[in-house]
Amino acid sequence: MTQAPLPPNPDPVLNRAITPELVRRHGLLPEEFELIKTRLGREPSLTELGIFSVMWSEHCSYKNSRPLLKGFPTEKTGPTGSYGRVLVKAGEENAGIIDVGDGWAVAFKIESHNHPSAIEPFEGAATGVGGIIRDIFTMGARPVLVTNSLRFGDLESPVTRRLFRGVVAGIAHYGNCVGVPTVGGDVYFDRSYEGNPLVNALCLGTLRHDQIRRGKATGVGNPVFYVGAATGRDGLGGAAFASKELSGESAADRPAVQKGDPFMEKLLIEACLEMMDVPGLVVGIQDMGAAGLTCSTCETASRGGAGIEIELDRVPQRETGMNSYEIMLSESQERMLVIVQKGREREIEAIFEKWDLHAANIGVVTDTGRMVVSQGGLVVADIPAASLTDEAPLYRRESRVPAGLAASQAWTPGAAGLADAGPEAIRSALPRLLGHPTIASKRWIYRQYDHMVQHGTVVGPGSDAAVVRLRLGGAEKFIAISNDGNGRYCRLNPHRGAQIAMVECLRNLACTGAVPLAMTDNLNFGNPYKPESFYQLSECVRGLADTCRFFDVPVVGGNVSLYNESPEGAIDPTPTVAVVGLIEDESHITRQHAPGPGLRLVLLGGAPDELGGSQFLGIVHGLVTGDAPRVDLQAEKSLGEFLRSQIRLGRIGAAHDLSEGGLLVSVAEMLFAEGSTLGARLDLGRFRALRADALLFGESQGRAIIAIRPSDEAAVLAGAGQAGVPAAPIGDVDGGGELTVSLPDFSTAWPVAELRLAWETSIENAMKRPGLE
Amino acid sequence: MQISVIQFPGSNCDQDAYHLFATGLRAPTKYVWHKEKSLGDADLVVVPGGFSYGDYLRCGAIARFSPVMGAVRDFAARGGLVLGICNGFQILCEAGLLPGALIRNACLEFRCVTCELAVQDSTPAFNRAALGNSIRLPIAHGEGNYRIDEAGLARLVGNRQILVRYASNPNGSLDAIAGVRNEQGNVFGLMPHPDRAFERFHPSRDGIAFARSVLAARFPELVRGGARQSA
Repeated sequence: MTQAPLPPNPDPVLNRAITPELVRRHGLLPEEFELIKTRLGREPSLTELGIFSVMWSEHCSYKNSRPLLKGFPTEKTGPTGSYGRVLVKAGEENAGIIDVGDGWAVAFKIESHNHPSAIEPFEGAATGVGGIIRDIFTMGARPVLVTNSLRFGDLESPVTRRLFRGVVAGIAHYGNCVGVPTVGGDVYFDRSYEGNPLVNALCLGTLRHDQIRRGKATGVGNPVFYVGAATGRDGLGGAAFASKELSGESAADRPAVQKGDPFMEKLLIEACLEMMDVPGLVVGIQDMGAAGLTCSTCETASRGGAGIEIELDRVPQRETGMNSYEIMLSESQERMLVIVQKGREREIEAIFEKWDLHAANIGVVTDTGRMVVSQGGLVVADIPAASLTDEAPLYRRESRVPAGLAASQAWTPGAAGLADAGPEAIRSALPRLLGHPTIASKRWIYRQYDHMVQHGTVVGPGSDAAVVRLRLGGAEKFIAISNDGNGRYCRLNPHRGAQIAMVECLRNLACTGAVPLAMTDNLNFGNPYKPESFYQLSECVRGLADTCRFFDVPVVGGNVSLYNESPEGAIDPTPTVAVVGLIEDESHITRQHAPGPGLRLVLLGGAPDELGGSQFLGIVHGLVTGDAPRVDLQAEKSLGEFLRSQIRLGRIGAAHDLSEGGLLVSVAEMLFAEGSTLGARLDLGRFRALRADALLFGESQGRAIIAIRPSDEAAVLAGAGQAGVPAAPIGDVDGGGELTVSLPDFSTAWPVAELRLAWETSIENAMKRPGLE
Repeated sequence: MQISVIQFPGSNCDQDAYHLFATGLRAPTKYVWHKEKSLGDADLVVVPGGFSYGDYLRCGAIARFSPVMGAVRDFAARGGLVLGICNGFQILCEAGLLPGALIRNACLEFRCVTCELAVQDSTPAFNRAALGNSIRLPIAHGEGNYRIDEAGLARLVGNRQILVRYASNPNGSLDAIAGVRNEQGNVFGLMPHPDRAFERFHPSRDGIAFARSVLAARFPELVRGGARQSA
């Protein structure tokens, strides 16, 4: 159907013909432009083209990933007890919500800010934190913790150090000021992220079931309010920008990176939560994140099956002469869209006056299903809301197994003629592994984060999982959260690598004493138009979905970040996963540090026997090859259940999972409690048939070490036998300050203080080297 | 007893301070909004941590002009007890209720760690006998580097106005000063957080004893039974 064209835009700059070149510069394909014309029944105006380009970008539309994401389970299939029910499903709203019992719930989600952080690390990372916090309080939840998953290149590179310093400072700046503790996260350093760091930020909030708010515009005639900071020209087209590969020209995109104001965000949190607490006042609410005013208006309208009309002259602006294109695409931070019950405008205005914030009535909910935008009395955009959201194009891209993958997976140390490590090699390998930034203490990072504000942090950063006490009305609940995602495994075997990201989180939670509730993930991949990248994406999604289904842990939401490429090529495929769990009783909270001498160390899950993809291979032999470690989901499940059962019985003094670096790294880390002078004596003589390097440094999955009283050993081993979990006593914790390992043919030992020094000071020392400031 | 915790825009440890007193000490505690011109009845006014007004311009520099600060000044002048924690300490220094100033940490980074603090013999209630030689409290600040001129330092030392010193100086503070009181002994301020040291899972529970020693200037019976006992 042909429609009449729109009247000329008040700003003559916008009255230009849409050329193929303009279409291309908006990141739209020629066929997508044809689709736009069909949906509109006419040529779009430039403002409309801008609106389509941001809404149909990968960041907003998930056009290349949505068909894959449908494979994720979003609900529990098994029975739920007094907690664990999904109250709001992934995809329905800004974040999913899970019941934690007694009428309370948690909302959480992870989101990326990779590309902005590559260009402007401080502001990019800061606004990443701000954005995810808004996603959570827009649901009606009070933000109570943030974590992050970060990936950087080699710390030897001054460019990496500049990015790393800036990202950490940006996260600290925003999180510390806004008053939400940064309680944990995970960080890897690997060349594949050179020039394209990953910055994924997660926020979790708490709310009562009756406080859940939706991003829906309903009720014809209800006013549409704009609250928070004024709109400027910053972050213009950030969402479209986030869907382009980075190139040398990207630095010229600097205005596309937003500037954050955590103080404004803090006020916005308090004002919005106060407003949402007034019964019946708020009909719908959504934050203005990527694609700002555009995304929030068309998404709320589309979800509510309604239309929205807004007048740009009423939008608070901090610059003069902004045209409709700029206002609609601005990604100025700390802004929200609120649909208010008609007739109660004065109530919301009073609340925002109290907090000295803007609250402008900019429009109205209609029944037309259209997003209509006017400026200076003239319509500048008139688009069916659903055409921007649910009806955005979807693609199933071509997929191809990367060349060399099969050969690399067939690699074994024996066939490759890699000699096993002797006493000297083992002696020198352990401090090198502990000192590698990926494994080393992350204290340099987290001492810059306020991880204690809100006074609920029970187990802070630097542990398998963080534990936070939630004060919910008169009740207390303890939740645990773990982040993980090993891109190297995913490169070597995308399906397994993704499974490992998930099972490691689950293992971390089990070691802490937590029962998993739900997961959120951030899919960081290369250009989906490259068949190898799309293969990695689809295999990783399949691995995550399989694992979620097996454990009946639903996905509550997440984010997709594609086009993570620099001139050197794509990053290692990196799904970052976070799983949130509930600890049923405070006494179950278990830490990774051995509490004192005299405890017996028991290895659960059998001895490591693989080297593929290990940090040992990379750090000591300079090899990134082999297959990712094998995954046995049933064995992981048995291990997790066994750990929790022994924790409930009060038998576990400390528990730590085996991951990057393997067995010796895990044992050493158990001895690194602040101020501790513990040592340990390990006798691994029984594992005679294995390669020493694979046994000590291999990263086989499904394993954990527990520290127990020797008097409990018989009971623990019997319990393990019944649970089908291999368990072997491997030594004792003592007060001798030395780590001794006896193998069938030789023994070796390290002063724990020497190991601790390597582990504790590595990142700090690297950051003392001159960088590019 | 009535404890009043001031809320500025950007205060983010207001709940922490509230619960130190309401939960840790089981004392009647309420919030006071920064636009209030009167404090009502209060025995102790707590200026909590956070980033009041975003700490733009300079930490505490804007908050001191808030309407409620006039009331706090009058209250302190009448001998009322005032405790500033972290940003609250910065605000009290900016307001002239405590001597000295706080500048950026010498390391130029934010620091969130738990610190060993050497308790100083300062008042009949705030001393080593009441608190022990040392206490452990977390810090979380980017601008906690305490500065004062030579004469001012001499006065602090001579009047026993220093409350706690860092055992290992995390921010470059002059003379490792972590907290001070005014000459009259009714206004207290420190960078470390007693409001993060009162729950069973906190790094210590020394915040309770600390708070009691402050309150004891007005309620001496609080320390008579031993301030280190928990509520």
